[in-house]
Amino acid sequence: MSVEAREKRQPWILLSPALMAVTLLLLVPLAFIVVYSFWLRSAVGPDIQGFHPDNWQRALTDPFYRYILLNTLKIAAITTFFCALVGYPAAYFITRSSGNKLILLLLLMLPFWISYIIRTMSWINILGSSGALNTLLISTGITSSPIQMLYNEATVILGLVHFLLPFMVLNIYVSLDGIDTNLEDAATSLGATRWQAFLQVTLPLSLPGLAAGGLLCFVLGAGTYITPLILGGPRDAMFANLVFEAIITQLNWPMGSALSLLLLLVLGALVAIYNRFLGMSQLTKGLG
Amino acid sequence: MGWAAIRAYTILVYMFMFLPVVVVVLLSFNQNQFGSFPMTGVSLRWFEALWNNDAVMRAFRTSLVLGLLTALISTTLGVLASLALVRYAVPGKNLITTILIAPILVPEVVLAVALLLFLNWLGIGKSFALLLAGHVIFTLPFVILVVQARLVSIRRDVEEAALSLGASPIQTFFSITLPLLMPAVAAGALFAFTISFDDITGTLFWKPGGVETVPTQIFSMLRNSISPEINALGTVMIVITVGLPLLGAAIARQISIKRGM
Repeated sequence: MSVEAREKRQPWILLSPALMAVTLLLLVPLAFIVVYSFWLRSAVGPDIQGFHPDNWQRALTDPFYRYILLNTLKIAAITTFFCALVGYPAAYFITRSSGNKLILLLLLMLPFWISYIIRTMSWINILGSSGALNTLLISTGITSSPIQMLYNEATVILGLVHFLLPFMVLNIYVSLDGIDTNLEDAATSLGATRWQAFLQVTLPLSLPGLAAGGLLCFVLGAGTYITPLILGGPRDAMFANLVFEAIITQLNWPMGSALSLLLLLVLGALVAIYNRFLGMSQLTKGLG
Repeated sequence: MGWAAIRAYTILVYMFMFLPVVVVVLLSFNQNQFGSFPMTGVSLRWFEALWNNDAVMRAFRTSLVLGLLTALISTTLGVLASLALVRYAVPGKNLITTILIAPILVPEVVLAVALLLFLNWLGIGKSFALLLAGHVIFTLPFVILVVQARLVSIRRDVEEAALSLGASPIQTFFSITLPLLMPAVAAGALFAFTISFDDITGTLFWKPGGVETVPTQIFSMLRNSISPEINALGTVMIVITVGLPLLGAAIARQISIKRGM
């Protein structure tokens, strides 16, 4: 074989194990559940194969499913909003601080490495009836009996913000760090106040990072079912909880397929819109 | 809004991020029988209870084996693919990259359902093999992103020098490229291990009945009540998932200082 032909083949040999893994363990399974979602569950024996739109009909028209879907999008949106509100000033501070930026960033990213389930359940230690906050309130005499603070939508959002904030900060940081500080100085020297310079120069330039962080927070937030199980009440189920219920509890796999594909379609549409306007490169920048 | 206000706000954000972690670690050393506030003294009794808890120790072994195997397979696949993408002019590079990072673009719940149903249809039910396949596929993109970022900074001319001096491509890979690549390989492996060790979203779908990993064990313990043992387990998890990468970084730094790089 000529050297040139070998040069051409080599990358494909290197790529093939990874490409095969993704194809066999993700792409083909996704195609498979598309087919599976048109099967029907039978009370006895194996699922009935064929082309039955029943699951899809139910997934799209059942008012309960629609309510949970809208509620999930609402929770994800509120979470994203708070992540931006909390994360932007922190990212701005890290970028412009005179100290060691990398250490500051690393410190804020540290909880990112700490187990998701530990971080989620730790809120029970703080907000639970015998948690830190209630103990403090009782010992200072503000209340005489513990206040029920856990297991509602607010605590689900709190848990999600704590989980997702590092993604937001990292993306905004990457974006802010790439902005030439001379631009802001130029604006102020031309008569803008610092606040005006920020609003009209820095903020618009950092929007790609904000958008990338927002997309990550929204998509990751909307796909979670563990946080509502741990920090939410019985009425705070999110869409992924429905998927979990259908697959694990009810063993209705065709319905579970339809529901998970619906979630994929809704979140995929968001990613597609994002990609159309901003491109994927900003996202991988934040991850890399 | 002045700089001082931004600084104060940022300090609050750091406190918000660290408060829950600090509380978990504090409570794990609590002597109080119910493991709640107020703390009555310092004790290691909950770590001792953990050590004597068979279910927890089993979960630990499962997580450890699963994490190590995931890191091994994921890093091997990821390093090979990254080499191809960084070192060769591959046609359709963007499409290939998108396919390879697709597992993190798909919500993990959806990935979990698809993999479970497909492998079950092929005759591989809920099992350790399914868990391993799942963990490999969703850690792979992270490994590829991390390794690629490191690979770009390794200079090509060192390899070319070895080749021009008569080394075979395979000799060059093992004596030049791989040693230079080691930090990237280590970073990728650590990343894969940590993500696998921490995962619960997919794991709850894939694990066979009776098998628990550390996160699913914590999850099932939470169903009863929050016992101080969970906090002790949390502290151990924090030490493993934060301590290991820090230790790795420190070792890598020592090595590079010794080599004078």
